[in-house]
This record gives sequence, C-alpha cells and structure tokens, in this order.
Amino acid sequence: MTVSAGWYLTLSAVLFTIGAVGLLVRRNVLVMFMCVELMLNAANLAFVTFARQLDDIGGQSAVFFVLVVAAAEVVVGLGIIVAIFRRRAGATADDLNLLKG
Amino acid sequence: MIAAVTATAAATAGVVSAVRTQLPPLRLPSVEYSAILPELILMGAALALLLGSSLTRRRPGPGLFTAVTVAAALASMGAAWKLWADVVPAHGGQAAAAAHHPYTAMSGALAVDGFSVFFMVLLTSALVLSALLGDAWLRREGIQGPEYHVLALFCVSGAMLMAAANDLLVLFLALEILSIPLYVLAGFDSRRRQSREAAMKYFVLGAFSSALLLYGIALVYGGTGSTSLPQIATYLAQQVITSNGVLLAGLALLMAGLGFKVAAVPFHAWTPDVYQGAPSPVTGFMAAAAKAGGFAGLLRVFFSTFAILRLDWQPLVWVLAVLTLLVGSVLAVVQTDIKRMLAYSSISHAGFVLIGLQAGTVKGIAGALFYLLAYTFMVLGSFGIVTLVGRRGDTHHSLDDYRGLAGRRPGLALAFAVFLMAQTGVPFTTGFLAKFYVISAAVASRSYALAVIGMLSAVIAAFFYLRVIVLMYSPATGEDEAPRAALPRIPLPATVAVTLVVALAVTVVFGLVPAPMITFARKATLLF
Repeated sequence: MTVSAGWYLTLSAVLFTIGAVGLLVRRNVLVMFMCVELMLNAANLAFVTFARQLDDIGGQSAVFFVLVVAAAEVVVGLGIIVAIFRRRAGATADDLNLLKG
Repeated sequence: MIAAVTATAAATAGVVSAVRTQLPPLRLPSVEYSAILPELILMGAALALLLGSSLTRRRPGPGLFTAVTVAAALASMGAAWKLWADVVPAHGGQAAAAAHHPYTAMSGALAVDGFSVFFMVLLTSALVLSALLGDAWLRREGIQGPEYHVLALFCVSGAMLMAAANDLLVLFLALEILSIPLYVLAGFDSRRRQSREAAMKYFVLGAFSSALLLYGIALVYGGTGSTSLPQIATYLAQQVITSNGVLLAGLALLMAGLGFKVAAVPFHAWTPDVYQGAPSPVTGFMAAAAKAGGFAGLLRVFFSTFAILRLDWQPLVWVLAVLTLLVGSVLAVVQTDIKRMLAYSSISHAGFVLIGLQAGTVKGIAGALFYLLAYTFMVLGSFGIVTLVGRRGDTHHSLDDYRGLAGRRPGLALAFAVFLMAQTGVPFTTGFLAKFYVISAAVASRSYALAVIGMLSAVIAAFFYLRVIVLMYSPATGEDEAPRAALPRIPLPATVAVTLVVALAVTVVFGLVPAPMITFARKATLLF
C-alpha cells in the first residue's frame, strides 16, 4: 500500500491548523508555546513532502534550519516565561493584562 | 567459503574504489567575505563584546560598550558604502555599467545590490542612534553589562541579511536573527512588569508570524520547486500555471508573516502593547530597524520575485494599506499614552510604505525606500525625547507629562515639535517628501482611491500630532500654585543630544535639499 503525497500535505495542513487555532484559543502560555512548535513541524512535514515530490534535496535540508531556529526560539521563549511567571502559581496568558487600551 | 568471502570483499573493495574514482571532487561553495563584511563586522563586534566582558575580571563602564557598538556600526556603514560603489554605477555609460553591477554572493543565497546596501546604510544609522539613546537609558536605570548592545548588534545584522536575502530560507533565518534578540530587548527592563509582559506578547505573536511565514515558504517551494528567489522568478516566467492554489496560499501566508513584522492591520494587534511596554529606546529601535527589516523582505519578495503575479497580490496589498492607514490614524487619536500613540502612528506610517508597494512600480519602491529612511530618523528622534521625558523608571509617558514642556525645556520641546511635524508631513521636512513620493507614485499607477485615503489618513494623523505640540506649548497645569522649579528636572545627556541633533539635521536638511536622498533611494531600486 502506498500513501500518496496528498495525504502528507493534508496531515501537514491539519497539524498547522491545529497549531494556529490552539495558539489563538488556549490560555496557558506553555500550551501556546507547544502550538507554535506544532506549526513549525507542520511546515517541516510540508517541506519534506514537497522535496520528495520534486526529487530535490533543498526542501529536506530546510528542515534542519527550521529545527535550529525552533530550538533558539524555545530557549528565548522559556526564558521569558520563567522571568514572568516565577512568582505565580500558573502560567495563564490572562494574567498579562497590564497593557491594553 | 573463505574464498567466496574474499572474493566478495575484493568485489566490494573494487566497487568502493570505483565509486571513489567516480565521485567528483567535493566542491565547497565560494564565500565572498567582502560581500558580507558589514554583517560580519556587527556580528564580530557582538561576539567580542560578549566574550570580552565575560573574560575580564573588572566590569568596564557602560561607555566602553557603547563606544564599541557605535564604532562597529560606523565601520559597517563604511563597508556598506564601499559595496555601494561596487554595485551602483556612479555615472551613466556602458563602461561604468559593465564594471559596476549587482551580483550574488554565497552561491546565490545573498544579493548584493543597491537595495541591500541601502538597507545596510539605513540600519547602521539606526543602530548608531539607538546605541547612543540606549547608553543614556542604561546609565539612568543603572543597568550594567554589554547585553543591550550585543542584542541590538545581532538584531541589526539580521535585518541586514533580510534585506540581502536572495533565498526564502535565508529570509526566514534572517527574520529570526532579527526577531529573537528583539523579544529579549522588549523585556530588557525586567524589573518592570509592563516590559516583561511586552516581551511575552511580542514573543508569542512573533513566533506565530514566523510560523505563518515558514508555512508560506513551504507552500511556495511546493508550488515552484525552489526557494531561491531568482529561480522562482524564472519558473514563474517560463511556466503557464493553470492551478496555482498552493502558490497563492503560500503568497498569502508570506504576506501575513511579513505583515506581522511591519505591523500592518489586521496583523498589528501586538504593536501598541509592545511599543508601550518595551523600554523607550528599544521601542524606537524596534520601530526603525524591525520595520525596515520587515519591509526589506516584503519589497524584495513581492516586487522583484513575484512581479509576474502582480495582479494577484496587488488587491491584497491595497486592502492591507487601506486598513493600516485608517486603523492606525483613527485609533491613535483616542490614545492618552504617548508611546501607544506613537505605536498607532507607526502603524499608519506602515500604511504609507504599503502604498508605495501597491503601486508596484520603480517609482513606488523608491518612494517606499525614501519613506523608510526618513521615518528611521524621525522615529528615533521622537523616542529619544520620549526616553528623556519618561524620566528615571521610564514611566512618565502620559500626554499630561508633556504639558508645558516648552516652558521647562524649550530646546527639547522644539525638537519634538519638529519630529512630530515631520511625521505629520509638514513641508520642508523629509516627512512631507516621503508622503509626497508614495502618493504621487500611487497616482501615477492610477490608484486614485488609495492616494485619497492616504491623504485623508494624513489629515486625521495631523490632529493627534498637533495635539501633542499644543500641549507642549500650553502652560503647565497649576503653574500659579507650584513654581516651575518644583517640577522634576529633565536631564539631557550628551549622547541623547547627539542623537537628537543628528536626527533633526537629517530630517530638516534633507527636507530642504532632498536631491541626494532621493537619488540614493532611486538608485537603491536596482534589484538583482
């Protein structure tokens, strides 16, 4: 049985949508963070699928760059989260309500 | 048995040696160090500052870090001017044009052309001014260490790479090099809750926009078979694409991702909060450098690479520009915090740059570039004054803090008045010419409605800029009871004075004698 490339792309689009919707509706900062990772990995899956379809190595090597960037983002993001929520019990985005208007 | 194994081994060895002889020698891509010298200087300075400050036992004062940053920025600008001489013919003529031409470096990953060098000059000027502002702020708040300058250096090198990116993947990496230090800078004043909150909000929405951009790049790659901008352009020129849904979806995501960075409506939600919460010098830096970087990517990708799909993206940019212009200027009117007001005003300025992109002509792009260059100096000057008036703790940012500023600090009030009038678009400043060029480009490409909406937005914007000027020149409240001396003094450090004088000089001098700046912007439209 073979799985055609269309299914991989569908899966990637579904993952991306779950990530994007999750980022917008979830209130826990750590979960929002995971949703970003989900979106990046959905893009990775799309890259690999297209690379396979096009028989081109460029798309596969893109994944490595994305992984590095995702790692760098995690480092900075967790640093910011720790700086903010150090003295709080939870990590809820609704607590960030100083700046509005 | 043994003989068979030996035979197999011999056969394998034969195959291996055959493969070894067949393999072509490994060719490493050539690295043109001269082409990336401006970026290298900045990154090198950042690493040297980090290493040097952690290796020395006694921490040197903040002045040294600032001096190194400014020196690196000026050296980088010098290297950029040298590149400018290489890629832009000084005078017309075949021989000159043949000797000086844009080229690509790093096996086509970076473009060295008028456009990228223009942004190098713009960004290094922004870095010099914001490093001086940052120095005054760091001293006032008593923050030690080189981190502020290191982050700014990395940030600017990322923005430069973004302007030079000739490959969508390089564009993504450069965007991250630009953004990740900025997230930290937004939360640099970690003692203030607002600053930490700004960092968090900027980070979440910034990461979201990077993910959108990345998915857009993946879709464009799938639709065209390459991430290299010239190859995409060639592919689009040669193929007649019947069903290009994937490509168009990719294009839309690219625009959304970059739209977040330049704060175009409806992707602007983070801007007011982050501009308000971030330390004032960082906000100025963000408004100048991050916006320039985002627009560099947007202009190059859409104007040069996807020029052939113009009819598909122009309506999209039209809608973005109209929303950005109107929402930015209307919401700025109701703000009572100067930083929030300037945030909405920066949104409306992004709308004007989008007018230039929407025109899709060389004239429009030249107008957009001129606008970005003029805006850099206006906004850094404005935030220089906001930094000073914010006083220790960086908290005095309500419009009431500006009441009667002219009585206490006439020089500062006059400078702020000039910057605000330049942002309004008063003649004899660069701000007027910037608006004039983008709107005349829109008229030339028959986007009359957009030109009218742009002018309308400028009129609305005039209200809130002039309101601040009127406040500054009206007497302070309760001046009769409280003597003027009782009001807190606003110190003016030499570094900020230099920033303000340079920003003022550029805004006014090039407003009176615009020819050099216009020529610079026009030559910068030489895309690879």
